[in-house]
Amino acid sequence: MSTLLQGLIEAIHLIAARDEALTQIAALSLRVSALALVISTLLGVPVGAALGLTRSPFHGLITAVLYTGMGLPPVVVGLFVYLMLSRSGPLGVLSWLFTPKAMVTAEVVIAWPLVTGLTMTSVRGVDPALRLQVRSLGATRIQEAWAVLLEARIGVVAAIVAAFGSIISEVGAVMLVGGDIEGKTRVLTTAIVLSARMGDFAQGMALGIILLLLAFLANVALLRLQGRTVR
Amino acid sequence: MIYEVDALKQVYGGRTVLHIERLAVRDGEILALVGPSGAGKSTLLRLLNFLERPSEGVIRFCGAPQRGAVTLGVRRQVTTVFQRPVLLHDSVRNNVAYSLRLRGVKAAERVDRALAEVGLEGLARRPAQTLSGGEMQRVALARALVVEPRVLLLDEPTANLDPYNVSLIEGLIRDHNQRTGTTVVLVTHNVFQAKRLAHRTALLLNGYLVELAETPLFFTSPADARTRAFVQGEMVY
Repeated sequence: MSTLLQGLIEAIHLIAARDEALTQIAALSLRVSALALVISTLLGVPVGAALGLTRSPFHGLITAVLYTGMGLPPVVVGLFVYLMLSRSGPLGVLSWLFTPKAMVTAEVVIAWPLVTGLTMTSVRGVDPALRLQVRSLGATRIQEAWAVLLEARIGVVAAIVAAFGSIISEVGAVMLVGGDIEGKTRVLTTAIVLSARMGDFAQGMALGIILLLLAFLANVALLRLQGRTVR
Repeated sequence: MIYEVDALKQVYGGRTVLHIERLAVRDGEILALVGPSGAGKSTLLRLLNFLERPSEGVIRFCGAPQRGAVTLGVRRQVTTVFQRPVLLHDSVRNNVAYSLRLRGVKAAERVDRALAEVGLEGLARRPAQTLSGGEMQRVALARALVVEPRVLLLDEPTANLDPYNVSLIEGLIRDHNQRTGTTVVLVTHNVFQAKRLAHRTALLLNGYLVELAETPLFFTSPADARTRAFVQGEMVY
């Protein structure tokens, strides 16, 4: 209990003091997760919508693959991305390993199936009669797809929120591909692991509280976006 | 004639659900399609809205045969109001404006006029999903009318509505047809509704057009025994 309290006090102290190292770690955490989220959303929402709108004989297989992707163990993703980006790997020429770019890549691999799968499910959940109604009002195929996507927006935003929650709290994959290098690839989650390993539980708690606060604020922003679109 | 249908056949999974040798719809009339469930009425409506391609036969719209992919310009001259109004999760006003938005038209005064026509100007800002069934159907009607279609297709528009809303919607359809000359094809189970609204009435049974006649004749002197049985409320299917 005293560690918890001490952590809380230290968190308040660190935030109030605007500790430079902490600010840099928190900023990198947000930057990496935000960029991964934007990429996953840009790639995942259109693919999820297309899968939700079309019928394919491989529908069952695609769903099973996506749902498996949604539950990928992050550490396995980290290992896979590590091998891809390592010098001997197929993408070694990029020299991304142990840089924030590698962390973004790993987080995209984790977030993309979530955004795609949940968008697909939301689009499939839209009343099928809507498509016929919209077409009868004179919609083109693109307008029809857009109307369905807009009707599914609550689920789509929920998909983005879920993906953000998953990557902002990610530790295994980012540690593997980022290396937890101080001042370069250290993010809040890897810093928490380091604090715990060093026995500095108060510092770890403080970082944890800051991480939760950032996740909370980001989710509030996303939910406000959802609230604005749903009248 | 706004529509001329020749040897039209629609087959789903090997089963013929509609087979009409000939049907002509006059420009500006209200044509009622009556018949029991499964007679092919809604299928015919979807074909007339070019939402489906016929398995066989041809539909001429304003004299031009519509084969293959029907152009957007033709499709946008026809709109359907379905039995169950499917409204967007948006305000009443935005729902009505939606069909104009699809055409890239911004015309607030047309939306106001359409809302006034269906008596919903006071509910313009309300979320559409909070309306009653009758109000929702009036929004759906306003959304269809706001684009001033040449043809308005109505698929059981008053089913499940209370008598007040039935009378209100029937009045709106009749007034709009008289004022603008919009052709209306109305699918209904309710023979009395056909009697009240339609200039001509047609009976469909098991996908076939049994009889088409001026409404007074259809009800007083039907040529076909099945029509006589149907208007007298006897089971004919």
